[in-house]
Amino acid sequence: MRQLVTDWNLGDSGDDFYAALIAAHAGLTEEESRRFDLRLILLLVNHVGDDAVIQEALLRARHGLGK
Amino acid sequence: MARYEYKPFPYRKPPELAGGRSQRWPVLIVGAGPIGLSAAIDLALHGIPCVLLDDNNVVSRGSRAICWSKRSLEIFDRLGVGERMVKKGVTWKVGRLYHRDHEVYRFDLLPEAGHKNPAFINLQQYYVEQFLVERCMEFPELIELRFKNKVVGVQQASDGVRAHVETPDGTYHIEAAYLIACDGAKSAIRGLLGVEFKSHIFPEQFLITDVEMKADFPSERRFWFEPTFHNGQSALLHKQPDDIYRIDLQLTADADPKEETKPENVIPRVRAAVGERPFEIDWVSLYTFQCGRIDRFLHGRVIFAGDSAHVVSPFGARGGNGGIQDVDNLVWKLAIVIRDEAGEALLETYDAERVHGADENIRNSSQSTNFMTPKTPFEHMLRDEVLGFAETYPFARRLVNSGRLSLPCSLAGFSLQSPDDPAMSGAMAPGSACSDAPVLDASGRPGWLLDHLGGDFMVMSFGMPAPVRQDVRCIVIASEPMAGVETLCDEAGLVAQRYGGREGAAYVIRPDQHVAARFAEPTADKIATALARAKGAAV
Repeated sequence: MRQLVTDWNLGDSGDDFYAALIAAHAGLTEEESRRFDLRLILLLVNHVGDDAVIQEALLRARHGLGK
Repeated sequence: MARYEYKPFPYRKPPELAGGRSQRWPVLIVGAGPIGLSAAIDLALHGIPCVLLDDNNVVSRGSRAICWSKRSLEIFDRLGVGERMVKKGVTWKVGRLYHRDHEVYRFDLLPEAGHKNPAFINLQQYYVEQFLVERCMEFPELIELRFKNKVVGVQQASDGVRAHVETPDGTYHIEAAYLIACDGAKSAIRGLLGVEFKSHIFPEQFLITDVEMKADFPSERRFWFEPTFHNGQSALLHKQPDDIYRIDLQLTADADPKEETKPENVIPRVRAAVGERPFEIDWVSLYTFQCGRIDRFLHGRVIFAGDSAHVVSPFGARGGNGGIQDVDNLVWKLAIVIRDEAGEALLETYDAERVHGADENIRNSSQSTNFMTPKTPFEHMLRDEVLGFAETYPFARRLVNSGRLSLPCSLAGFSLQSPDDPAMSGAMAPGSACSDAPVLDASGRPGWLLDHLGGDFMVMSFGMPAPVRQDVRCIVIASEPMAGVETLCDEAGLVAQRYGGREGAAYVIRPDQHVAARFAEPTADKIATALARAKGAAV
């Protein structure tokens, strides 16, 4: 079973990715930003395609939020 | 510790106003900051006379640039002042990053041994300028320093420039084949020529303070996001020589410069940052940052270098260090063009290579500044989540950006470099700044590879002399001294390791210690072609 990668896996382009993500949100309303994020999640989750990895990511993302 | 004493440099009536003969200079440099002074020394090392004019007569007031990178120190070594700077400076290589009051992670900027110079030193700009001026004075036949000489007009012709200069004794004209404008971010030369400067200005303001105090703070760069001691976005602390500390505090865009720089407002902010210990304010300034450049660094016979050509925000130490790399790149080209050993088109490669370097610095320092100054609620939340994740997940640490510290710029792919030889491996591909490594010279004295490279073109080969027909300096990296050729012993094996230096391989190295070409199986033809290409010839 594969595990979620939490070591660096983004090539050399971390700062470029960060800038690209901000640029992608530019000019969006709050609701549009939220929709954008959801679309991005759906696309990437489908790309990952590994249920164990996705379940682990859901848990880790939830950690420390809510009750 | 005695505070730095600002000694004025002597003003002398220029010969043009003292009844002397005016001469036409090969090079006129405007601006006696670190960039202009380095350019003068580098020209002198190439035997080219220059005159350097500055409207002031004292070194930089206040520390200003303080972080000098390993690459700058290697260039300063080539200019003969590096060791003095390292001796005086505070050496560091570790950065620590805090979010609120706890450490998120630390980074080591030079994790491997076997380099002469440290990752960084902190040294106040006034010391750097003083050491460079004193080095200039060791070339009285080649460098003429003229303080309190202000350029108020520039005329260009196809073969040179004519500058109009104001002094306490009146005005005069001076002619030179080339003018290097090193007169800073507010360059008067740029204004006189009407060269447009395009930049992005960040609205946030930063309070930059140097304080003198006794403290046992480590020689590390410490950066806080949302520090508990400062009601702002970020804080940065650097240690300098003479018990001086640099504190950068981010303020909001609407902070009032006049109010914020008043001692009664600065002191409580500093006290909150450094705790209850006595300190004195040495220098204080409120900055907004901009990142940008002029389109071209060459305008006829006027060449821009340093802040006159490009400015960046200070996070990453890419301003002064970028300017020193400009000089390193420019001066050997200018020298061989002046000596007629290369066509004037070679200077175009200074524009291409250093515009590329400037863009890399602008991109990095803009991205750092953006990370520190989130513009929208979305950006703010993203930044907070990255910082939160960084405490748990290694990948997120690489997204945290408190400044990407200056590294040598690769010139791979530009016209002076030959295509890489696929049979070669290792990081030193054409365009790379040469890596350092420990070596023993022919008499068995320990030293450093970079102290033997640069200044002129050269060929470095492994285990045997390279097949070379030109009159070019050759050194061989070998296990034992060899007769009839300059040999460096690679006792630790680090030269071979860092250069992928298998027996017979050869590197063609530029005067600025960048790799122009490398060959696993060199021939005299391959080396001749690489040398010609590196001097700008069409091959």
